[in-house]
Amino acid sequence: MLTISHISCLRGHKPLFAPVSFSLQPGQALHLEGDNGVGKTSLLRIICGLSPADAGEVLWNGVALNRQYPEVVEAFRVALCYMGHNLSLKDELTAVENLLFEAQVSGRSLSCDKAMEALRKMGLNNRAHLPLRVLSQGQKRRTALARLSVTDAKLWILDEPFVALDAQSLDNLRALLANHVQQGGMLLYTSHQAVELSQSDGNAIDVQSVRLVAA
Amino acid sequence: MIWQAFLAVLRRDLMLAWRRKSEGLSAVFFFVVVAALFPLGIGPELDVLRNIAPGVLWVGALLSSMLALQRLFEADYRDGTLEQMALSPVAMPLLIGAKMLAHWLVSGLPLVLLAPVLGLQFDLSGDALVTLTLALLLGTPILSLVGGVGAALTLGVRGGGVLLSLLVLPLFVPVLVFGAGAVQAQVSGLGVQAHLSILMAMLLPAVFFGRLASAFALRIALE
Repeated sequence: MLTISHISCLRGHKPLFAPVSFSLQPGQALHLEGDNGVGKTSLLRIICGLSPADAGEVLWNGVALNRQYPEVVEAFRVALCYMGHNLSLKDELTAVENLLFEAQVSGRSLSCDKAMEALRKMGLNNRAHLPLRVLSQGQKRRTALARLSVTDAKLWILDEPFVALDAQSLDNLRALLANHVQQGGMLLYTSHQAVELSQSDGNAIDVQSVRLVAA
Repeated sequence: MIWQAFLAVLRRDLMLAWRRKSEGLSAVFFFVVVAALFPLGIGPELDVLRNIAPGVLWVGALLSSMLALQRLFEADYRDGTLEQMALSPVAMPLLIGAKMLAHWLVSGLPLVLLAPVLGLQFDLSGDALVTLTLALLLGTPILSLVGGVGAALTLGVRGGGVLLSLLVLPLFVPVLVFGAGAVQAQVSGLGVQAHLSILMAMLLPAVFFGRLASAFALRIALE
């Protein structure tokens, strides 16, 4: 379980957003809303542990994520899959190579067949062995999102996952997210579009929303 | 799992270096050109050439490794791979160590292998060439490790390249002194063991602390 307790973030000397608290249980999805520049990305980076919070704390299964409990931090990182604005893809590598590298660096093992399968699901089967620089922006995003269907991470933190996708890919992604949540995963994402998370059979899942407001 | 991640980073960086060969080759080519220009400029006075050879080759190696250093973390920082490394359950210093090893294999090892060939232009004796190669073999990894800390500290800073040189070149002075000194000691018959031991004594802490310091600096750069 992920708990955010009174997190605030300073830019210069001014608080970016009003202190925010929420918690996320297994099997829950949470949509983080807020205007441009209110600090959604900053909050996600704080939760991941990339940036320090200026006040408040992030708890994983009830234990604060800080230097005092390195084993908890490690467990959190094993459970985490974060996708930010930067897709962390290399233009010189092919889609498959990117996917395999990503998995290995995050300490997961992934076979080449599974990586191909994931790319096929994202509609990239005939692009899998091309260097990424010849792919379009949307295809690159799909390559990055293919990571989600091969990861065993419990907690997905996604920053604007629905940007630059065509209708078919959007449906795939919605189904993928809904499936993850239904199988007991946790999902935290930001999005400016209201996107319903639903399986292909049309069953939409409940999504809570938290609104960030400027301080 | 840990070594799998280490090998994955190493393999990927070598593969990237292979696919953008021009970047890696330019630093090596720079070293060759610098070392080849000196004998042409000074003329065929063998005594002078023999005396300046260790210094010229070492300074050439320092400057050429500076060229490649600026790109050590740049691409990974810009495309977000560094964030993923920071969030990996695998300890970041280990992954950074793999990057530094790849960097040395691409930009340091070619210099070590080329040095004896270039040394011939300076009329160095066989023993002196062996010493030069050994000294470079111990010294160039220090350049990658210490330089990596500088590259991490100047990451994302505007005009970082100049700042990196100012930051790192003074730290390379001991390596230069003992590296070039080894060849001179060999030529003058003093024996090289002391110099090589000191280079080794600089390399071992650099292997340990260089990775830790870089990982720390990179986490600050990512904030």
